[in-house]
Amino acid sequence: MLRAAPYLVAAILAGPVAAGALGALVPSFGFLPALGHDAFGLAVWRDLLSWPGIGGSVLLSFASGIVTAGLSLALAMLFLAVFFETRAFIWLRKAIAPLLAVPHAAAAFALAFLIAPSGFLARLLSPWATGWQRPPDLLIVQDELGLSLMAGLVMKEVPFLLLVALAPLAQIHAVERMRMARALGYGRIAAWFKTVVPALYPLLRLPIYAVIAYSSANIDVALILGPVSPPPLAVQVLRWSNDPELDYRLIAAAGAVLQFGVTAAAIALWVAAERILITLGRGWIESGNRTLAEQGLGLLGRVLFPALLLSAGLGILALGLSAFARVWRFPDPFPSRWTLEHWQSVGDTASGPLGATIWIALAATGLSLALVLAMLENERRTGRRAGRALELVFYLPLLVPQIGFLFGLVLLAELIGIAPGGGLVAAGHVIFVLPYVYLTLSESYRRLDPAWSRLARTLGHSESRVFWKVTLPMVFTPTLAAFAVGLAVSIGQYLVTRLLGAGRLDTVTTEAIALAAGGDRRLIGAWALTQAVLPVLGFALALAAPRLLWRHRRGMLGAVQ
Amino acid sequence: MLLTRRLTFLAFPLLLAAAVASSVAPARADSPAAEWSRVLDAAKGQTVYWNAWGGDPRINAYIAWAGEQVSERYGVELVHVKLTDTAEAVARVLAEKSAGRNEGGAIDLIWINGENFAAMKRNGLLHGPWIEALPNHNLTDPANSPDLALDFGVPVEGLEMPWARARLVFYRDEAVLPEPPRSSDALLAWAKANPGRFTYPLPPSFLGTTFLKQVLLERASSVDALYRPVAEGDFASVTAPLWDYLDALHPHLWRQARSFPANAGAMRRLMSDGEIDIAFAFSQSEATAGIESGELPETVRNYVFDAGTIGNVSFLAIPFNAAHRDGAMVLANFLLSPEAQLRKQDPEHWGSATVLDLEELTPEQAKAFREMDLGPAAIPADRLGAMLAEPHPSWTDALEEEWNRRYAVR
Repeated sequence: MLRAAPYLVAAILAGPVAAGALGALVPSFGFLPALGHDAFGLAVWRDLLSWPGIGGSVLLSFASGIVTAGLSLALAMLFLAVFFETRAFIWLRKAIAPLLAVPHAAAAFALAFLIAPSGFLARLLSPWATGWQRPPDLLIVQDELGLSLMAGLVMKEVPFLLLVALAPLAQIHAVERMRMARALGYGRIAAWFKTVVPALYPLLRLPIYAVIAYSSANIDVALILGPVSPPPLAVQVLRWSNDPELDYRLIAAAGAVLQFGVTAAAIALWVAAERILITLGRGWIESGNRTLAEQGLGLLGRVLFPALLLSAGLGILALGLSAFARVWRFPDPFPSRWTLEHWQSVGDTASGPLGATIWIALAATGLSLALVLAMLENERRTGRRAGRALELVFYLPLLVPQIGFLFGLVLLAELIGIAPGGGLVAAGHVIFVLPYVYLTLSESYRRLDPAWSRLARTLGHSESRVFWKVTLPMVFTPTLAAFAVGLAVSIGQYLVTRLLGAGRLDTVTTEAIALAAGGDRRLIGAWALTQAVLPVLGFALALAAPRLLWRHRRGMLGAVQ
Repeated sequence: MLLTRRLTFLAFPLLLAAAVASSVAPARADSPAAEWSRVLDAAKGQTVYWNAWGGDPRINAYIAWAGEQVSERYGVELVHVKLTDTAEAVARVLAEKSAGRNEGGAIDLIWINGENFAAMKRNGLLHGPWIEALPNHNLTDPANSPDLALDFGVPVEGLEMPWARARLVFYRDEAVLPEPPRSSDALLAWAKANPGRFTYPLPPSFLGTTFLKQVLLERASSVDALYRPVAEGDFASVTAPLWDYLDALHPHLWRQARSFPANAGAMRRLMSDGEIDIAFAFSQSEATAGIESGELPETVRNYVFDAGTIGNVSFLAIPFNAAHRDGAMVLANFLLSPEAQLRKQDPEHWGSATVLDLEELTPEQAKAFREMDLGPAAIPADRLGAMLAEPHPSWTDALEEEWNRRYAVR
């Protein structure tokens, strides 16, 4: 039973993705009988490639994938290099969870309102510092180069990379490596990049590919911060699939396939750059050079990390203020009249969506966690790690753009005859939740000292008793963290919920995004905060529970994270 | 005139019976009243999934109210599926048709018009004709309301029920801009004098394309061509004045036209943030609602172009494979009742103009409609100016594609 776990998981993840991809591939060659297109051909692809602005869209998606990943990785490594084993390191650890918990769309809204010419920062500084009585006509949000889009993505991806980088630090003996290098006279930053990064990077590789895939193909952040014409490719695909002229579905399908290609190309370029850097880096590591712009980079890290926290904090504060604002005109630094109306309107409609959000998140995350635990426990018992190819399958849903296969997935569900609804939505969420649960849990599980379970076995306990009594309690803390990540991922899902639920199922995220179309920032603020509260609660519980549970066993707390 | 109307009125039950007999229950030829009571019986206990744009909390509250009413009166439950874009519902029905799901579909009723309707009709995704079976349908005086029989120039043919009228109105803060530009020429001159203070939503968003059509209707070399399929006319020469106009206007727009607000809501937000001085909406009530919620200054007032503004009707349609057709019809009939239409027109609840013909109502009902306070920002109905009909829907895509070709590429 347990032996089947990895294959079961692979099937659960790869099946829908493959089916969905087929559902995009076939119409992209002109075959969609429901619309009377029943001849294969290349006409759709010609239409796609001659679409005005398609080159810009492709470049933008490609660049935001590469730049976001590069910048996020550089910042995450810099922050770790600067703060590792310092007092501020505790702060860094604590900051990750709430940053990670804020849903992408809410974070994007917050950033947009923070930096717009009529936004919170401008209001705080006007007119006394800037002289602006009216907002200046400056293109900051949704700029043509996608800089604000990339900034928004980096804000969310740095905490994610920090989270996945922190987990294996003990496994690779980062502390010892640093001490050794420092003792040999290396500067803090040089020591980190020369001794820790080479061991750490291989463990970060897949998460980074996931960052590239997400950044090059996401919709929610791109809709809020991305340029509008031409937009990033995924947004353009969404526009095509929402066009009343149904024949655009064909171009949308081809666009989705193109999006696969763009994401794959971005990852391929990254892999190539990786190879080159590794080759070049070897010489630098062995050069014996003891410093790496220590002062400059040290200062940069010490400035940028608080800046990141501050902008996230100010953004959320601005969103929070607008949620209580009745009248808030430029350049008033704060609302001039306040109201609870927006929260009342949230209260009036939120109970149904809240319930649905919670049960779907619990069901999807619970199932994902059970499957991941089964898989990891199987690995521990057999002593064999899942093959590389199989492992790649676990990450497939993160590497393949959502827009690319969801339409096909809906078609598949219809063909099989599964009625849209809560069950189907929860099943759909598993596809996206499971990889993140696996990502956050697997390293901690694998680095458990096998001596404990061996000891329990020699004392005559059965494998399953060992699992429940020894293994599970020892990985309880990271399991909870994985559970919280899973909840956050499920709560943030929009497209899956819409498409597989036939729109009948309202969650806080679908409500928030439906109202975002209405454009009232005050109401959006209230909903965005409501949407953010659930995952933040999840993370808070995940942090608090072990402390309560193990308050008489401090060793258990130190064992992980 | 009066006589013809009488005659139509007399003939109507016959037509109705014929329509009902042929569409709803082919085997039976009952009277319309008996037929309707059959619909009422069948609808009892059904749950209607109504797909309607969900971006406005006031509209959502109105729909929730309608749900309570039909639940109490007819035992029909209503679930409002809140769309961000009506095309999502079209896509859903299409996916169901692709998968061969010809009954038991997920959508029972769609709030729809224009291109979406044209696309669904063309692809055979609609049920009907069904609207003649509704008792309240007579209240729209179908025989004398030709504008309700066409949806963006496409014959409705009983496939969708008229529900609401919309008119394009501009609005600005009267305290800032007492004399707003009332034609496209004046708008251009104003924009040149006030760079960066006007913009329009990005086509193909509904309101953005409407702005293109509004300018085109004012400037096109041949307005008649706009009411025929685009393929029959000379697109380049008919639309040339529009592109000349936009070429001149764009450098003076908000952000020099390097970016556009995504939709109507985003444009209203720019107005609220003081980034622009003129905005527009497809309803008189948008500015009033903005004032009441504090989003817009209290001195914001609507105004229209001297040459008139675009107006249209939006409808309710039932997909070909709807699972709860009877419930959808009962709901639709209720939404067309004087009571529901009156509440819809009240800016307190929504502020969307009725499709009913006041002549068909009781004197008290008609009086309630006539004397309704339309809110501080609204223009009285008699000063709303001429209504320009929507061009043929085929122009929508053609305009959007050409706009995209010209302005989306850098």
